[in-house]
Amino acid sequence: MSALDTAPETMPPGPEIKPKLSRDDIIMRGGMVVIALYLVISLAFPLWAMLSKSFSTYKFNLSQYEFQVSDDAGVFDGTILTGTQLNDQTQAYGQSDLSASSDSRLGVTKFFPDFSFRSPVMYKIRNMVEGGRFLVGSTLHDTTDWTELDSNTFRRVQLRPVKSTGMENFVNYFSTPALFNSIKNSLVIALISTVITVSLAFWFAYALNRSCMRFKGAFRLIAMMPILVPSLLPGIALVYLFGNQGMLKELLFGASIYGPIGIVIGSVFFTFPHAFIIISTALAISDSRLYEAATSLRSTPWRTFWTVTIPGARYGLISAAFVVFNLVITDFGLPKVIGGQFNVLAVDIYKQVIGQQNFEMGAVVSVVLVVPAIFAFAIDRLVQSKQVAQLSARSVPYAPSPDPKTDRFFLIYSSLVALFIVGLLAVCQFAALVKFWPYDLSLSLNNYQFDKMDGGGWASYFNSIELGLLTAVIGTSVVFFGAYLVEKTNGFRTGRALFQMFAMLPMAIPGMVLGLAYIFFFNNPDNPLNFIYGTMAILVICTVTHFYTVSHLTAVTALKQMDREFESVSASLKQPTLKLFGRVTVPVCLPAILDISIYLFVNAMTTVSAVVFLYSPKTSLASIAVLNMDDAGDIAPAAAMGMMIFYTNALARIIHLIASKGILRKTQAWRTR
Amino acid sequence: MKKTKTLLASVAATVLLTATVAAETELTVYTAVEAEDLKRYAEEFNKTNPDIKINWVRDSTGIITAKLLAERDNPQADLIWGLAATSLLLLKSEGMLEPYAPAGVDKLDQKFVDGDNPPAWVGMDAWVASVCYNTVEAEKAGLKPPASWKDLTDPMYAGHVIMPNPNSSGTGFLDVSSWLQMFGEEGGWEYMDGLHDNIARYTHSGSKPCKLAAAGEIPIGVSFAFRGAKSKAAGAPLEIIVPSEGVGWDMEASAIVAGTANLEAAQKVLDFSVTKEANEMYNTGYAVVAYPGVAKPVEHFPAGLLEAMIENDFEFAANNRAAILKEWQSRYDGKSEAK
Repeated sequence: MSALDTAPETMPPGPEIKPKLSRDDIIMRGGMVVIALYLVISLAFPLWAMLSKSFSTYKFNLSQYEFQVSDDAGVFDGTILTGTQLNDQTQAYGQSDLSASSDSRLGVTKFFPDFSFRSPVMYKIRNMVEGGRFLVGSTLHDTTDWTELDSNTFRRVQLRPVKSTGMENFVNYFSTPALFNSIKNSLVIALISTVITVSLAFWFAYALNRSCMRFKGAFRLIAMMPILVPSLLPGIALVYLFGNQGMLKELLFGASIYGPIGIVIGSVFFTFPHAFIIISTALAISDSRLYEAATSLRSTPWRTFWTVTIPGARYGLISAAFVVFNLVITDFGLPKVIGGQFNVLAVDIYKQVIGQQNFEMGAVVSVVLVVPAIFAFAIDRLVQSKQVAQLSARSVPYAPSPDPKTDRFFLIYSSLVALFIVGLLAVCQFAALVKFWPYDLSLSLNNYQFDKMDGGGWASYFNSIELGLLTAVIGTSVVFFGAYLVEKTNGFRTGRALFQMFAMLPMAIPGMVLGLAYIFFFNNPDNPLNFIYGTMAILVICTVTHFYTVSHLTAVTALKQMDREFESVSASLKQPTLKLFGRVTVPVCLPAILDISIYLFVNAMTTVSAVVFLYSPKTSLASIAVLNMDDAGDIAPAAAMGMMIFYTNALARIIHLIASKGILRKTQAWRTR
Repeated sequence: MKKTKTLLASVAATVLLTATVAAETELTVYTAVEAEDLKRYAEEFNKTNPDIKINWVRDSTGIITAKLLAERDNPQADLIWGLAATSLLLLKSEGMLEPYAPAGVDKLDQKFVDGDNPPAWVGMDAWVASVCYNTVEAEKAGLKPPASWKDLTDPMYAGHVIMPNPNSSGTGFLDVSSWLQMFGEEGGWEYMDGLHDNIARYTHSGSKPCKLAAAGEIPIGVSFAFRGAKSKAAGAPLEIIVPSEGVGWDMEASAIVAGTANLEAAQKVLDFSVTKEANEMYNTGYAVVAYPGVAKPVEHFPAGLLEAMIENDFEFAANNRAAILKEWQSRYDGKSEAK
């Protein structure tokens, strides 16, 4: 042994052995590069375009203009002054007045303290460089010729800003209280919603996993319902419940539902299933021996709860908290519908971009919104990486024992939560069927005549289904193939690590930000991919990218369960890897593949935030129609369309269930053998 | 795979289409007119000009404006048919419009034509501000109908008025700009300070206040007249009030994009757009049109609205838009949540 140990020191280093890349390796690496390229184009480039947009500013460049003033007789003495000189003399405008947006104008009469529009004094103005810009009234002057104007016309002169780069947008943002107050609002709302949702979901999951109450299956189904509707639907239900004409408005004791209260209640509704799944998974696995030990040590149930149950579920709780926080702070539909005057970041982006066409400021707010989102995401990943196996080979799974008192308590608690979820949906369905709330309560299908409303009509509903199917098919193929390549390629470490990083990134990028980034990147006329702007293709690409991370993680988990020996065996049998992929990997991972496709389909049906900037009149979507109809005041039809999305998703889920059962019986028989 | 196939198919379809109509002049026309009206507009126009084919590019006002501005150095449109005048003024100030006086433009109400000669744009129809007043809910709350804008600042209306946010709604901006024009800069802001105390909240869209008034959610909605008439026709207990000081308005207008390769054809469209026939066509969607005497009365439309339209200074509105919105935001958007 000792001789061997010293040997490497004395021997000269031999040439590094590099295995020759086989055709398979090349194909696999090539495939990985292609999918990585997809992520770069659909994610990295747009985000970069957005970041640079946030530094693109407009400024009034006073040194670009020259002025002459005549005496009272209208005679010019030939003195020429630049705008900068005039501003230095008069101090008419400070530095902050000179930073502008693309739409800004600057009057010039302030440069002349004794200006009067009735005086006979004449003025001359010109640009010093070709392409400089000023307006007389609304007529553009961009040449270097002198323009002579009488004083009455001179007051109609407006300077236009020129493009430049700098931090001014950010300075502007943080000096506008209306804008940066939203940061505080968003954080407060997200924190409150997180605390409430996680507590509610914890006890609900606890009841389902640790008690012997009845109807567990039904409760589990109900808890998942909110995932099937757009996040703005609970907002609409709350209007009907607690608005000024609401059925239960007395319950609010005069407080307004439009604002933080409404956003929090709605957020709890739509984030509940996400928190529930995570916590339920954490609670499902637990070691019965720990509880036995606690009992034999005479620990009170209360103490056992805090020393055994909570520590066991802590990773689930932390993870759920960050997921909910991220969902709430990046959500746009709900605060748009029920937020009233309570400004939050995501709605600010929408207002800046759609309302004011101020894309630069929209980019600035996006950058601000990305910070907490990435932060929450990073902490979540950190916590997850620390998680260790709870269930060792010697563990005894915990089985709850019946206890009539607690079981009844949990049944009542779960029923209340279920009532909240089903109630909101039922209110929407009821509102959709009422003829003219609150004056004519007779039932009719009038609100389903979407073609008579703004928002895209029935066509938008079918567009949504098309988007859902395309996203499911294309997204699942791209994601699963990508995950396979990352998992099973030999060597190529750096490339794989880089790919993993790219695949995780979409989770941290809010939908609004992604959508806006797509405008900047794809709507640029110089971009060769410009032609997909305004088509269904860009919606599919955006949606696949938006929901890439969760799908990728699902695929990786499934693939990790397959031993790499399959690849070795197929290689030694001289079978191409792609054949193995098609004949073995895909059939084995079919359950995961089906899960990914239903996840993508449901999300494509309900997403609003990313696509709201990208749809065109021809590709309007059902979820967008809900938003737009509510925006136009057609609230009942909006509720009707929202419920159509619900039923479609529910149907898709049922088909998914039946299909997976059938397919699984055929392909997964080996699992039960 | 499927995507490529559809792509190929659509390319093939485009090639085929272009081949069959190669003899015609094709115009790319940007518009914000409702999609359902566009087909009719093109059909009417083609009755007299069968050799010009119109390819519509339609989107909402804000988006189309942004699209045009983005394409400033490389315009894709030949013509704009149906876009807010405030937007067209913005384009004019970028030097993007080709001035042209269409044949028969002198027959139009001069309120609807750009002041320059030749005009850079010509108007089609107008939407006019009004107040939607829910009689049932107002009675429940013990309110009296307001007769003027100034009435709305009465403390009695506190929390009962809703209006669009001018930062996101064109209708909201035309209200604000009309108050600044009618009451003067200082008086206008003073008025809005008073009004703000009564506003329940600001909506994103211009039609929502009226719809909310119709649904009884908030009894008084500052919106536009046509929306109110429609809701009233649908059975809502609404009264449409034209405030006595006068009402703001904006119009849809048309213009030729400077640098178009199809100037002659574009001029023909503009000629048609000011004819009596064209204005009759606009009348189905709009109650006020540019051609005097054409508009047929719309059911439930308030009387005296035409006379109440203010002398709107579009130049003032366009040149001060950025400054007005900034001021509005700092006054009302920031402090609103302190309530």
